[in-house]
Amino acid sequence: MEHTLLNLVIVIILLSNIRLLNTSRIPVMIVAVAIQGWVIGSLPLLLHWEHFQLTLFLITLITVSIKGIILPRLLNRSMQQAGVMREVEPFVGPTLSLLIGLFLLSLSFWITSSLRSSLPEGLFFIPVLSLFTVFNGLFLIISRKKAITQVIGYLTMENGVYAFGASLAIDHPFLVELGVLLDVWVGVFIMGIAIYHINREFDHIDTDKLSTLKH
Amino acid sequence: MAWILVIVPLLFGLFSFILRNRRIVLLFFLLGGILHFVLTIWVWISPMEGNSLVFFDPLGMLILTVTSSLFFMVTFYSIGYLKNHMERSSLTVGCMFFFLAAMSLVSVSADMGLLWVAVEATTLASAPLIYFHKDHRSLEATWKYLLICSVGIALALMGNIFLSYAGGDSIAGLYIPDLMSNANRFEPRWLKVAFILLVVGYGTKMGLAPMHSWLPDAHSEAPSMVSALLSGSLLNCAFLGILRAFGILRLSGLGEWGGNILVLFGVVSLILAALFLIRQTDFKRMLAYSSVEHMGILALGIGVGGLAGTGALLHLINHSLIKGFLFLVAGNILAFYQTKKIDSIAGLIHRAPKTAFLWMAGFFAIAGSPPFGLFVSEWIILKGLIDSERWMLIIVYLIALFIVFVSLARYIIPMTYSSSASNIEKPEGWFLNKEPLWMWVPSLLLASIPLIMGLYVPPVLFNFLSAVFSVWGGV
Repeated sequence: MEHTLLNLVIVIILLSNIRLLNTSRIPVMIVAVAIQGWVIGSLPLLLHWEHFQLTLFLITLITVSIKGIILPRLLNRSMQQAGVMREVEPFVGPTLSLLIGLFLLSLSFWITSSLRSSLPEGLFFIPVLSLFTVFNGLFLIISRKKAITQVIGYLTMENGVYAFGASLAIDHPFLVELGVLLDVWVGVFIMGIAIYHINREFDHIDTDKLSTLKH
Repeated sequence: MAWILVIVPLLFGLFSFILRNRRIVLLFFLLGGILHFVLTIWVWISPMEGNSLVFFDPLGMLILTVTSSLFFMVTFYSIGYLKNHMERSSLTVGCMFFFLAAMSLVSVSADMGLLWVAVEATTLASAPLIYFHKDHRSLEATWKYLLICSVGIALALMGNIFLSYAGGDSIAGLYIPDLMSNANRFEPRWLKVAFILLVVGYGTKMGLAPMHSWLPDAHSEAPSMVSALLSGSLLNCAFLGILRAFGILRLSGLGEWGGNILVLFGVVSLILAALFLIRQTDFKRMLAYSSVEHMGILALGIGVGGLAGTGALLHLINHSLIKGFLFLVAGNILAFYQTKKIDSIAGLIHRAPKTAFLWMAGFFAIAGSPPFGLFVSEWIILKGLIDSERWMLIIVYLIALFIVFVSLARYIIPMTYSSSASNIEKPEGWFLNKEPLWMWVPSLLLASIPLIMGLYVPPVLFNFLSAVFSVWGGV
């Protein structure tokens, strides 16, 4: 049963990443990143079911509510304030993005297999997909123009880092774990405010047009 | 008690947000700055006990003291500045205190995870400060700063995960003293990946090239007192993250490999900054690139090790104080001329003699000429390079320093002395005809310490720095 659940998690992470890559509709991207947040947030609990602890449960609860509920809502609000629903003409189109995604996935496979000898027993696909999520986030930040899509990329990347940590069974002290989450939360919050200001000042949120400062 | 250095500025920040009365907020600002400085001194006098998350080790205390002293001086300047921008005082003072709290937390973190949290918190606390002027340019700078630094720092988090995993079952958690005493148990392959990720991540924040692209924008668009703190304190905090990682790496026997990586980043930063300095049109960007150059020198010095490492720590102190006061002086020039364009500024010596004097002194100080401390520390680093017999490095180092000196001279001297001031109109509505005390006294005080250190480096200080370096960088 545990195995089936983990496989399901793997599939969902993969699908959410693919969805992020090949859509230009921002509401869809937000939903994808929210689902990813749900799944990745509950990963520590799924992986360490046998060593059930209260702090583990608390962390899962807080992570899921931040990554899966609060941050997507913040993004939604920013999107509505800016009135931008689509990523028009990104630097890299959806089809090519998908191809690059395929390449990134193979890259993650390659890196993880070269580290395989020192990975925990029986875990292979979760580190692969975590790395893929990190690369995917980075790629979204580089290849998309809208400020809000870049924030979605940042969130994807953070999701990947979190999943990677969870799959290697890294436990930070409770306070540090909370601090990391708080930082991500405040970060996205401030970015949301920045998007609001960019929209108001420039009438658009295309970051490639933010280019007065040079040298 | 161990948290007091973080909690005090945090509380002051919260109160500044809540308080509506702007005059009281400014008073609060002064009090908070003084209190933090006194607390820092107090920790030196009667060492405090740490716990599993915070400790007071000499290296962290060094960074903390530099930060606290700079903040203390900057408060005086900022109060004068904010009196003319009263409507923004509450938010600015609040964020300044949060910024100070985050930087203090970086300095005292005993856990690599907490260190990460604190470094990311510095980004978040300082982003609203960069957006102080609320215009297109500052917004662009803020966006770049937020996004580039957050992504960089996310890589450092990945580095922490690798670091933690590299320790295997023998080392639980990321408590720095534990990591150091068990350093020989690390799995080298994972540790190497961890170190690279940490250097790239914290290096982004520190302004090492080629990850420095946010730095000139943020430093030039932020109000000058914020630029002073960004350059003088924040960059050191990010550097602390790299040094902690390097200390662990060295004890696990990979010191030489790690040193070479630092040297690589250092040399790239040095060369790139020197090249960019050749053509500059904006004097605050010029100072920002000079920060990239000095961060390169720090990385180079630590990477080479030996005497160069001790010199790098001395360089850190000198650079922070000098760059801090130079940004404050740059703020004065901006106030007098209402432009950051180098071409439109002439005859500073006639218009604002005290500022002009400090600007020239700052030029000699930052370009590394005697009698300022930066000359001594650059000289010590050169001596360290010669000891290590890396001749190519020495050539690159000297050529870069020469280019920097000439480029800075080419811009700063005409700004000060050329007399073709006729084509410059006086900006309207600006309050300044003369130079009030807040404009030059804090800068003068900040300048005096590097001046003293240029004439005489107390053996106590030098021995302290070389003891610190022998722990974190090795000989």
